[in-house]
Amino acid sequence: MLTKRYGPTVAVDGLSFSVKPGSVTGFLGPNGAGKSTTMRMILGLDRPSSGEVTVNGRAYRDLPAPLREVGALLEAKALHGGRKAYFHLLCLAQSNRIPARRVDEVLALVGLENVGRRRAGGFSLGMAQRLGIAAALLGDPGVLLFDEPVNGLDPEGIVWVRTLMRSLAAEGRTVLVSSHLMSEMALTADHLVVIGKGRLIADTGVDEFIRANSEQSVLVRSPQAPDLAARLQSAGATVVGVEPGLIRVSGMESPAIGELAARDGIVLHELTPQRASLEEAFMELTRDSVEYHAAGAVAQ
Amino acid sequence: MTATAVPQSAPAAARSWRPPTIVDTLRAEWTKFRTVRSSFWSLLVATVLVVGLGALISLAASHHYSQRSLSDQLGWDPTAVSLAGLTIGQLALAVLGILFVTSEYSTGMIRISLAAVPHRSRLLGAKLAVFTLVALVAGEILGFVSFLLGQAIIHGHAPSASFHQPQILRAVIGSGLYVALLAVIAVGIGTILRNAAAAIATVVALLFVLPGVAQALPSSWRNPVTEYWPTQAGSQILQIHRDAHTLAPWAGFGVMAIFAAVVLAAAFALINRRDA
Repeated sequence: MLTKRYGPTVAVDGLSFSVKPGSVTGFLGPNGAGKSTTMRMILGLDRPSSGEVTVNGRAYRDLPAPLREVGALLEAKALHGGRKAYFHLLCLAQSNRIPARRVDEVLALVGLENVGRRRAGGFSLGMAQRLGIAAALLGDPGVLLFDEPVNGLDPEGIVWVRTLMRSLAAEGRTVLVSSHLMSEMALTADHLVVIGKGRLIADTGVDEFIRANSEQSVLVRSPQAPDLAARLQSAGATVVGVEPGLIRVSGMESPAIGELAARDGIVLHELTPQRASLEEAFMELTRDSVEYHAAGAVAQ
Repeated sequence: MTATAVPQSAPAAARSWRPPTIVDTLRAEWTKFRTVRSSFWSLLVATVLVVGLGALISLAASHHYSQRSLSDQLGWDPTAVSLAGLTIGQLALAVLGILFVTSEYSTGMIRISLAAVPHRSRLLGAKLAVFTLVALVAGEILGFVSFLLGQAIIHGHAPSASFHQPQILRAVIGSGLYVALLAVIAVGIGTILRNAAAAIATVVALLFVLPGVAQALPSSWRNPVTEYWPTQAGSQILQIHRDAHTLAPWAGFGVMAIFAAVVLAAAFALINRRDA
């Protein structure tokens, strides 16, 4: 069980999970949930208060050539801005005995081949993200960690990162991507590790997660809304008024609502099934009482 | 105990690579050093200060030589005069050493560096070796240039020094050694404090402020302080004329070396213990 305390603050609290190769694992949690702290512990940057982290069965600091095994993107702007992009990558390559030509390769791979001789400090956030990804790919590693990789990217860049992560996983690599955006993870990840307040909330497949956590409701518009609401409630549904003439019904599917209305001669103007977005499901899950929500979602 | 594990993944790519050694870490740190502008500018400033001030001081001091009192003339040390630019110029080199470390922390680069070289003593050792060597070479070049230029200026106006005289070569070579030792201290303090402003303030205090404050103390306190104060003691290696209450050149240098070793021990202990 991995735990990290900073003084009285518990950043990571008894966390335990493993990430499998060949798929993209989304590491999800609200800001401050402990994602970055966990990533830093994986990389041996922060020492766990208790517990241990292993990569390929070894503690990170025991890896002989870490960049050959693990590539990581933490904060993209966390580099020496006065150094040209090429030299930023070159010193990293040299430290792990990676040939210098690989620097040009990864620059081309991320689309920065024309700005390699420019100082990294002048890069936009999107370019810095690309440079960080280039650094992660330097050693052609089997394990990749990306901390919020789409931050600051334009739509084209976001699609590019998504495609890249999927293809890296398809090559059999282990890809762990952190994000506070559920919607992003729904498009990228196969598996989810959700944490809140430093604790594990869910360790589950994306599809399972959506099924388990997105509650369905139906939006019903009717000139006889109050009458309909009363009849639906007595039939066991939960009804919430949205605005005059518009109600949200949960606990009953739209065909059943339509049939009930027809039977009782109630006019319907609209009958729209609503699926709670993944984002809402995620917020619901991580909202306050972490333990309470965890009970339903943890798959072990 | 359970662990957060990221198990073996990559399709058994045969290991076609050899693990890096300390040589690779040294090469990487050298690349880091030479690819930022502050390195060039600091070395330029150090050159201007050491050689330029040394020349100016040589000029001023030698032209007033004949008007000096006899006791001043007896204490005349043309070698120390020509190397006097180091007193100020050393700060530019110390600042460079501090920035070499603290810029990693201020930019966040340290996390990338440690992810690449998780063996922290190796990373700090390589950084230290690279910068100490730079400082040694710079110090030797600046020392010899300042000495030769200074003696040329002094010559004819006051007694000048040459390498034929005893101890002179030791003092000039000593300028590089002194600067190298200062570099070790600067890198160590930078690592301990991880903040450029705090580290520079500490080094300024070490070099200038505290020795200055010592002058205000009663002599029973002042003498041992000036005798054993690390940078004061270390700078004896640059002197030919030995003042009262100072250590011998190599003894003084030894005191400074012990201080540097203590700073380094703290730096290595802290970098290994702290979160990055």
